Amino acid sequence: MAYMHIGKDFVPPDVPGKVTGRIKYAEDYTREGMVYSRLLTSPIPHARVLDIDASEALAMDGVFGILTADDVYPDGEPQSTGLKILTNEPTLVGEPILAVAAIDEKTAETAISRINVTFERLPFVLDPLDSLAEGGANAYPGDQNTFVFRQGFATEKWTEDQVASFRAGNEPTGEPQQTWSLGDLEAGFAASEFVYETTFTTAGYPHHSMEPRSAMAYWEDGKLYLHGTSQSLTALADGMAPIIGVPKKDIVFINAATGGGFGQRARANSIPSMAIPAKMSQKINRPVMMRITREEEFTIGGARQGFQGWIKVGFKPDGVMSACDLYIISDNGGKGGGGDASSAADCIDVLYQPDALRFRGTSIGSNTGHRGAQRGPGQNQIAPIIAPILDKAADALGISRLEIRKINAPHNGDVAGPRQTPFTSAYVPESLDLATQQFDWEGRQARRRQRKGSKVIGLGLGQGYHNAGRSGMDGIVTMGTDGRLKIHNGVGNLGTYSYASTSRAAAEVLKMPWENCDVLNVRTDNHLPITSPQDGSNSIFTNTRTMFGAATDMLNKMKQIAANDLGGDPADYDVSNERVHQIADESVGYTYADIARRAMELGGKYTGEADLPDELAEWTQISVSRLAGSAFMGVYHDARHEGNPPGFTVTCCEIELDLETGKYAILDMVTIADSGTIVHPQGMENQLVGGAVWGIGLAGYERHVYDPQNGLPASTGYWQSKVPTYLDTPVKIGTGWVDLPDPENPVGARGIGEPSMGAVSAALAAAITDALGGHHFASAPITADMIINHLAGTEENAVPLAQNNFRG
Amino acid sequence: MVATSHDVMPDIELYQPTDEDNALALAGTLGSDGWLLAGGQDTFGWLKDRNKAPGAMIELTQIDAWKGIRETADGVEIGAVTTLTQIAKNPIIQARYGVLAQAAGVVASPQIRNVGTLGGNLNQDARCWYYRRGLDCYRAGGNICYADSPEGLNREHAIFGASRCVAVSPSDTAPVLVALDATMVIANQDGIRTMSAQDFFIGPDRDIRNMTALDDGEILTAVRLPAAWANADFYFEKIADRNVWDFALTSVAAVIKTSGDIIEDSRIACGAVECVPRRLEAVENAIRGQQRSDELGTRAGKLAVEGARPLNYNNFKVPLMSNLVARAVRGKTSV
Repeated sequence: MAYMHIGKDFVPPDVPGKVTGRIKYAEDYTREGMVYSRLLTSPIPHARVLDIDASEALAMDGVFGILTADDVYPDGEPQSTGLKILTNEPTLVGEPILAVAAIDEKTAETAISRINVTFERLPFVLDPLDSLAEGGANAYPGDQNTFVFRQGFATEKWTEDQVASFRAGNEPTGEPQQTWSLGDLEAGFAASEFVYETTFTTAGYPHHSMEPRSAMAYWEDGKLYLHGTSQSLTALADGMAPIIGVPKKDIVFINAATGGGFGQRARANSIPSMAIPAKMSQKINRPVMMRITREEEFTIGGARQGFQGWIKVGFKPDGVMSACDLYIISDNGGKGGGGDASSAADCIDVLYQPDALRFRGTSIGSNTGHRGAQRGPGQNQIAPIIAPILDKAADALGISRLEIRKINAPHNGDVAGPRQTPFTSAYVPESLDLATQQFDWEGRQARRRQRKGSKVIGLGLGQGYHNAGRSGMDGIVTMGTDGRLKIHNGVGNLGTYSYASTSRAAAEVLKMPWENCDVLNVRTDNHLPITSPQDGSNSIFTNTRTMFGAATDMLNKMKQIAANDLGGDPADYDVSNERVHQIADESVGYTYADIARRAMELGGKYTGEADLPDELAEWTQISVSRLAGSAFMGVYHDARHEGNPPGFTVTCCEIELDLETGKYAILDMVTIADSGTIVHPQGMENQLVGGAVWGIGLAGYERHVYDPQNGLPASTGYWQSKVPTYLDTPVKIGTGWVDLPDPENPVGARGIGEPSMGAVSAALAAAITDALGGHHFASAPITADMIINHLAGTEENAVPLAQNNFRG
Repeated sequence: MVATSHDVMPDIELYQPTDEDNALALAGTLGSDGWLLAGGQDTFGWLKDRNKAPGAMIELTQIDAWKGIRETADGVEIGAVTTLTQIAKNPIIQARYGVLAQAAGVVASPQIRNVGTLGGNLNQDARCWYYRRGLDCYRAGGNICYADSPEGLNREHAIFGASRCVAVSPSDTAPVLVALDATMVIANQDGIRTMSAQDFFIGPDRDIRNMTALDDGEILTAVRLPAAWANADFYFEKIADRNVWDFALTSVAAVIKTSGDIIEDSRIACGAVECVPRRLEAVENAIRGQQRSDELGTRAGKLAVEGARPLNYNNFKVPLMSNLVARAVRGKTSV
């Protein structure tokens, strides 16, 4: 289909600000009379605050006040998962206990150093399996170690023998908290020619997005103005208002740019710390800036769940995956949360369509970083574990590694997951073909495992998946008498440019030149509709639907007005060149400026004063009510779509691994996406390349490290957390896409953010395994020390399946 | 419990002398309370975390006499305040002491090399994360080593020469200077003294609080590279988790004089395996007069790690060090 905007590159409006540094992040704002808040965080992994003596601090010149958990939770702290605003029972090192506001940061820090907090130390645990074993310490309040949905905190225990057996490499025998299955597992394994079984681990690791979760707040005329960070302005503000205790109509959330979403800036309950300056400002009646340090960001920012798992996979002689049995203990960290394990099983079912699959899972807490969504939560952890297993099956059955993936690939019309949801569309075989052709996969096979000196070549093929689309959100577009199209968009500005890309769907409907469009975002008093939280790879699917719908509402209204005024039926009209006109005679019509003027003269439904969609969210209703009568308006509530809009990726990579050092160089890499119609090619490439770097980090570098002696985190900074650097990634990462439209999206688009990481981590793990002659670490990351130990036959001292620790 | 605080420096007096005499006078007057500041890459983390609290800082970057690279009658002298980037890109260093240019060029990241100095790289404190975290370990004046304990996280720590503390020498340039038999020029108010690079770095058995022989009031002002080892066969390799930013898991620096394929003399040192750059004299003796070969490299590698005592998580350093020494002796990365 020929589009005016869709599929074409453009310069998003925030780019000049990003290039020049003029764009503002939360930390860049100031306000007259602003003071600075600093945090006192827990130095202990699990404790209870018995007493806070801040008298000396509060007596200091330039200190304005203190905020504690008792201030923000006068009725007691909520007994729920997730970080609290402030707490009197920290369950991880670094959890905020109190905040102090002072004339400057140095004074605030000095004041904090003069506060005496009396803690009661409580037992702590860093490895979920240690807690799961009878007699092991428990991470959570009330001496409990898990959180059961709709039931609350609880305790889960296995016998020591059960845990020891699992650590020794055997199938877990404890009763799982959660299970679902498809097909006849026993029959599946009975039909298998090749069966592979292993325990595995994947590391938890922190987000460490570039921008810390700093925030600034002040109150004016009864309204709260909160400068913060988010993946979606309205989704965040909608949830933040009740956390702070302010009506939704009285909060203005300002967020021009966000330095990395990573999954836990999507919802307010992931960043309750932003309530601290708001509450402090309310208490001391001054604007308050709370700058979050890199170390604080490590704790507040959250982390990916680690897995301690067991997997058994069977393949028929023809290569069909006949059965997959998966058991995962997932690390819920210090605050509970995260449902990654089931998503990992779902990912296997989606990507490989096994005849039978059983998932069993149990989540256990540890006094480590709080867990939650992080790019492909679950799908991406399992990707580097499963890919080498496919290769082992291929080698054992005499099938090519490409062919076994094509044999098991999902197709259009297939279903997957516990509810056997059909895909809205799926073009994985096409993606496999495109990736392997672009990479010359077949041509490179001659180099596979070739050795030159101490270096050996490894080839890897990986696949990624994430559900990539939601619905049910709202859209608003307006037009003033200048005839410009104003697209009210609550999507956050994460650097993916999806706030602008999704807005292009509205411009497309009205055939509006991009230079005559204004994307209104940055602050919620730009009257923004509710949007999805921009997590789960869904923005492009979800919000092109709402933008398209709102613009279509405006288009229909244009046609109605024109038909009423100029004769004929609305169906007789179309738009072009910023005019609505009769199809038969283009001279009969209105310019957009004129139609906007007529709409405002007519009022009512044309200006948002009547006949609004019934299902608009409260947030959207507030925005529409404030706009009503001021502009020509298109308003839309998006109905629910049918099926699972998937995002798929395929990655090929070649590495050269040095058998004497354990280091490898990624010589080449190509990633191909199946994500429907591509809306913004440059943005798409950014997603694929950025996701690739993340995937390299997952497979090769990043991990939590906590000291078993005192519970202190050892990976709080960029240096220690091992985010890949430029010289750890390929010079060039090839990209491409299938570019076939999805029928459930008006412009054919599906998302891609998360799978772009999974396929790369899978391909890299497969390539390392390949280079090592098939040695499967069944672990992510695979670090140089692990490779050296394996090659040298050196005994490893690490506890098997350890979490939050070195495993090399 | 008194809270810890982070990321805000406390009040500190800052002195910015512009000549040697003033700097040395300040260093002498302030003694242990005078923190020497050059590129700041070892300084600001300590101070922002408030885990070190000196009363004053003496910034050395305005003293031109301690900057630059000069030819001397017996080689080359490098001012201690010369940046690592300047060393890595200097034509004289590249031409005659390429091993140092190579090592300086892989320190941390380009940004850090642009401000970090040779003196700072050599004098930087231990990077053991327990120590840097501000815990009360031996090196910090306490009576425990958190890394050398049954549960200690010691992947990056020493496999040789532990004495209460198991932190390693983190410097990429230090093993090179030991291998090159460099001379360290140390000044104080009373004059100048010199010592070999090998003697400059000291282990915890001698002084558990300091990693160099610098006394209070002294400043490392220059490093002299002798002509004797200029243009030898050089080998340097640093293995780190990541190729930018990280400290070495193990490194090797070798300077070898050959006649044909026969090794006449050599000096070899490894980094990140001991609290000081580990000079491998036994290996040097064993390969002297021998023909360079893969087999000799393998034997040298095995000899190099004799006596290694790995901790819980650093077994890998033994084969890694062995392999790096083998590569250095055979003079190539691939057999």
